[in-house]
Amino acid sequence: MSSPAFLSPSASTIKRRRKNFIFQSICTFAALLAVSILFILVGKVVMDGMGRVSPKFITSMPSQMFPGKAGILSPLLGSIFVMLLTVLFVVPVGVAAAIYLEEFTAQKTRLVRFIQVNISNLAGVPSIVFGMLGLTVFVVIMGLGKSVLTGALTMSILVLPMVILVTQEALKAVPKHYREASLALGTTQWQTIRRAVLPSALPGILTGIILAASRAIGETAPLIVVGAVGLVTFLPDSLDDRYTVLPLQILDWIGQPRAEFRTAAAAAILVLMALLIILNSAAIIIRARAQKKV
Amino acid sequence: MALADLNQSLTKRAAFTQVNSQNRARTISQTIVRAICFCCAMFSIIATASIFFILFSESLPFFQKVSVVEFFTGREWTMMGAQQKFGVLPLLVGTLLITIGSGIVSIPLGLFVGIYLSEYAPSKVRKVLKPILELLAGVPSVVFGYFALSLVTPALRGGTSWIGEILPTLNPLLPEFRPANAAAGAIVVGFMTLPLVCSLCEDALTAVPKSLREAAYGLGCTKAEVIAKIVIPSALSGIIASFILALSRAVGETMAVTIAAGATPQLTFNPGNEVMTMTAQIVNVSKGDVSRGDMRYQSIFAIGLTLFLITFALNILAQRFVRKMGRTGS
Repeated sequence: MSSPAFLSPSASTIKRRRKNFIFQSICTFAALLAVSILFILVGKVVMDGMGRVSPKFITSMPSQMFPGKAGILSPLLGSIFVMLLTVLFVVPVGVAAAIYLEEFTAQKTRLVRFIQVNISNLAGVPSIVFGMLGLTVFVVIMGLGKSVLTGALTMSILVLPMVILVTQEALKAVPKHYREASLALGTTQWQTIRRAVLPSALPGILTGIILAASRAIGETAPLIVVGAVGLVTFLPDSLDDRYTVLPLQILDWIGQPRAEFRTAAAAAILVLMALLIILNSAAIIIRARAQKKV
Repeated sequence: MALADLNQSLTKRAAFTQVNSQNRARTISQTIVRAICFCCAMFSIIATASIFFILFSESLPFFQKVSVVEFFTGREWTMMGAQQKFGVLPLLVGTLLITIGSGIVSIPLGLFVGIYLSEYAPSKVRKVLKPILELLAGVPSVVFGYFALSLVTPALRGGTSWIGEILPTLNPLLPEFRPANAAAGAIVVGFMTLPLVCSLCEDALTAVPKSLREAAYGLGCTKAEVIAKIVIPSALSGIIASFILALSRAVGETMAVTIAAGATPQLTFNPGNEVMTMTAQIVNVSKGDVSRGDMRYQSIFAIGLTLFLITFALNILAQRFVRKMGRTGS
């Protein structure tokens, strides 16, 4: 029961079909590989550090002498402190800049286009260069010292382009008729923005803020340049205290020769990743809720 | 009657002026808010201008002592002892090794994942895959450093000794991997920039109009042929832009390479050797307490300036390609 000759595929067709199959397999395999990188990475850290994570690990001070007793209290609080201050500084400026670029500029003048190009360029500047900006402006010129405040201000400039870009996207997504309906009631532009545009753009803006916060937790390089230190065994209680952050503590422990410190580093990485996952899932939940509403 | 008229007109007028003053208050607040928002938008320009100004002015004292030619052609970087030498070539080559190596990992892999996401993946798979890639993009750089030390380098060592056992003739060709080495740094930086390549490639491919694909299918092309001969060529500028951006990110990457690639500035092309990148050198100097008059302090601004100019040029180049896509695409 062979099919008629004109229906059976020619040799070249078979070859092309095989190529097609191989190409699809390569693409699928690449995707699997990319996903497995994350799982291997997380798996390795969990295997190395899970046994070391305990309430005591989180509530005791770090140490370079006793790897078994060392904890992450001061770096964890330092990280949270820097993150909160960064959000506090960057949100008003970033959101206001985005509002100007999206709402107050009806026609895209040359200046607006220049600002826009400039923001995307700023987003591509290596993070360590922001550290050098912070070192010169905040430490040397303004004399703020190597403090939490300096770290947070530097971090704010680093995440500013990201906050502006995400907020702009959120504002762009607000339907035009919201604005028109509000303006038709005789409001000023600012009233329209405040009462009609911002509330419906809020989930998008919040997502951007959370992404900025997680970036602020993970970044290390600029903080080293502006003088965060590797080992701090006291809690920062004012804005001009010396401080350390979680990634920096991890860096310090990785550099120690004894293997127990490697384990402590893995455990600290787990805490850091847990913090990031909490932030990211909050962002995902906010996004999902907003989509449901629409 | 006349009185009532007058009365009515007066109330009308009062109401009118009241609205007017309310209006004025609204207009004033509108103007103020607009001005504040404008200042915030200008802040980004001030930040960029300050970066330019600071990098140039702070590296000026350095270049008065070390000539630009000496800086860019010197083959040695040593800050210990009396004989300080500031030749940026070893750092530049270190950065180059890491960047190229990361591109070898992220560019092909990212392109294929991008193709999978835009052309093959069912929407359910895409919905799972994209957050996973986003999560990978959010993993802090320090963690990748740990990953390089504790997994990638041992894997590289195991791999080479395994190949050496099977094919002993290759043995002299295989690099010997030191605890910190350029290859491990390059591989993890490749992993870090992978999500960027994936998502930008996907965007570029998805933007190719459906009609082009359908025309090719109509001519009897297989899916692979449509992708390779129609979709990729039309999305090419976007794809190239994603590659350039990934390389630019790799140039500026700091913590992972500081941990994984080492802290020995040496002019080498051997992936098994320790190298020091420009960024790692800046971190190295910053960790020690150096004062502003110190040569070492000034040297990091010279390195920072070099780093900034390289990434700036790459980013501008990438934007060119993106704009080109906007013109030819759709």
